[in-house]
Amino acid sequence: MNKIWLIIKREYLTRVKKRSFIIMTVLGPLLMAGLMIVPVFIAQMSDDQKKIAVIDETGLFSGKFKTNEDVKFEYITSDLEAAKSNMKKSNWYAVLFIPKTEVAIPDKAVLYSEKQPSLSMRSYIEHSMQYEIENLKLLDVYNIDKKDLESIKSSINLTTIKISEGGTEQKSYSEISFVLGLFGGILIYFFIFMFGAQVMRGVIEEKTSRIVEIIVSSVKPFQLMMGKIIGVAFVGLTQFLLWILLTLAIYVGFSQAFPDKFTPKKHEASLNAEKTLVNVEQLSSKAAMQPGNEDLNNVIEGIHSINFMLIIGVFLFYFVGGYLLYAAMFAAIGAAVDSEADTQQFMLPVTVPLIFSIVMLQFILNNPEGPIAFWLSIIPFTSPIVMMIRIPFGISPFELLLSMGLLILGFLLTTWMAAKIYRTGILMYGKKVSYKELFKWLTYKG
Amino acid sequence: MDFLVVENVSKRYAAHQALTDININVPAQCIYGLLGPNGAGKTTLIRIVNQIIAPDNGRVFLNGEPLKPTHISMIGYLPEERGLYKKMKVGEQALYLAQLKGISKKEAMKKLKYWFEKFEIQAWWDKKVEELSKGMQQKIQFIVTVIHQPKFLIFDEPFSGFDPINVNLLKEEIFNLREQGATIIFSTHNMESVEELCDNIALINKSKKILEGKVRDIKKTYKANTFKLCYNDFKGNLAEILPMGFDIQSEGIDVDYRTAIIKLPKTATSNELLQPLLPHISIHSFNEILPSMNDIFITQVNGQNQTI
Repeated sequence: MNKIWLIIKREYLTRVKKRSFIIMTVLGPLLMAGLMIVPVFIAQMSDDQKKIAVIDETGLFSGKFKTNEDVKFEYITSDLEAAKSNMKKSNWYAVLFIPKTEVAIPDKAVLYSEKQPSLSMRSYIEHSMQYEIENLKLLDVYNIDKKDLESIKSSINLTTIKISEGGTEQKSYSEISFVLGLFGGILIYFFIFMFGAQVMRGVIEEKTSRIVEIIVSSVKPFQLMMGKIIGVAFVGLTQFLLWILLTLAIYVGFSQAFPDKFTPKKHEASLNAEKTLVNVEQLSSKAAMQPGNEDLNNVIEGIHSINFMLIIGVFLFYFVGGYLLYAAMFAAIGAAVDSEADTQQFMLPVTVPLIFSIVMLQFILNNPEGPIAFWLSIIPFTSPIVMMIRIPFGISPFELLLSMGLLILGFLLTTWMAAKIYRTGILMYGKKVSYKELFKWLTYKG
Repeated sequence: MDFLVVENVSKRYAAHQALTDININVPAQCIYGLLGPNGAGKTTLIRIVNQIIAPDNGRVFLNGEPLKPTHISMIGYLPEERGLYKKMKVGEQALYLAQLKGISKKEAMKKLKYWFEKFEIQAWWDKKVEELSKGMQQKIQFIVTVIHQPKFLIFDEPFSGFDPINVNLLKEEIFNLREQGATIIFSTHNMESVEELCDNIALINKSKKILEGKVRDIKKTYKANTFKLCYNDFKGNLAEILPMGFDIQSEGIDVDYRTAIIKLPKTATSNELLQPLLPHISIHSFNEILPSMNDIFITQVNGQNQTI
């Protein structure tokens, strides 16, 4: 035990002291914070307002195009050809031509511009026209005022409440769940790949530098393998912790420095995290407005107390469990080969279940209770990622325990098998190993 | 008392038989040569003694007890395939490996200081291993092999990659260790060092032990009653004046003298050879040719390979 601790310590310290670790630790949050902050700034950076000349032969749209921060509309009366030739001179970005039509209500328009107009500009114009035409049609054909129609529209706020077996009811917030689960699942995916590969490289390094036999004459190969796996796990946890802290620090620092730019409502589209914030606000404000519902504070408190503890707990379990399951296999691959170039053939079966769970994400999110989601979250090779995505939707304790139990069993099994391959592989030099060979190694006596 | 006893040990790797029913007795405080061509099974046997792998059959006793995990701290092992973490600093690494052997950090520090001073390599402490030459790295490896003062040492091809000066340094240290009471196994196919160092040997070929014993006894057993004669003042044919049954294997000229290698009949003595020669020739030198370990090794291994 003392020796395994020595190994863990060495594996941890040598990696944490590496320049690449320090660079990654600093760069990671900068990138992440960049992902959060840059879109905000980009959204703030309004493009130059573009002028669009409108030639409205129908006369139905005068004053109907609203100028906003991106486009400004200028109604002109000159004919189209003149307007087109005047574009440069008058500093018009485009000329919108709405021709007179036979029918009372026009359904066509042409936008002339020198450059390809942006999608948002097109849809803005389209929508403005559509709205007006709908209005006209309602008035002309059905004699309904658009305002009356608006008043009919009602918004339904469907509060979903899960009834657990114990009879307690809880509100479900699928938007937050969605983001949290997804984020957790993807984090686990990256953790397994990044640090699994580190374990593998560590084993290959020991093998190629020929130190491994010196070490296994003092400790059992299993101790060396587990020491490395655990040591790297601590490296990973350290890195993620630092990333989260630094990212938060940078984000908070920026939002303190530019508080006006970080009011969430302004740029809903820019960020998932902010989207949830908005959603929480919308949901809770709606809930608060409706009589008989708990007030805003209670709702938020509810989200905090019910979901988060479970999600964080489950996340940590699958984060560590998934890593351990795969790390042992990565260690075995490292032991079976002589150089990193030879790892390809063995990497494939290990990475396929991981990539498969990411590919199936969309499917699972659409139907988190379906049989595929169920089985993928039970099978240990995919469960760390898939269960993480399912968990916020509410999983029966039985399923969760089954999945966790199988993950632990799976970990014991892969580690047992990996240890056998590892033990033989680390002392085997200059030999191309096949699957058949690996299978034979499993039968060797310790 | 025998320090290491290997009893009927066999080991098989799928289609490959690595060791067949090996029996070996290594007396305490002796330097024991484990000889054999590449792939004979030496390293497998050593790994079994080190408890890196387990035998399929047979038993191993160390110091009278069956092998157990605590024995590991009694053994110092310098493997043939050896290296160090390239990116780690020399001192840090030596300290780590010493601690893995089960000695405390403080103790390890003290011992390392002693050895680094002895080999005059204190300046390397903070260097990275990749900055050292191969010979320098071997010195570090030797130090970490003996740092915990093991009673039992196993050197697998210890001299490969060493320059002659370092080989001598190492030989000296190996003798010192034996003086201090250590038992040493020395695996090699470098026969010169065997004659110089080993008290006993075992020869392994194709997974089987084919020869074991004291180096002196083995040489005696395998000597062929052959002598080398150096003489001059004789113009005739040496064969004509030799008694019956005495066989000239080769003749030559060595500067001012003529030489002949003569094989005697099994029971004949050197006097029986010299007496008839003395009246005819003046003898410059005369000595028995003892078989070198190299010859014994080659004849034994070839002999066995032919019979199979």
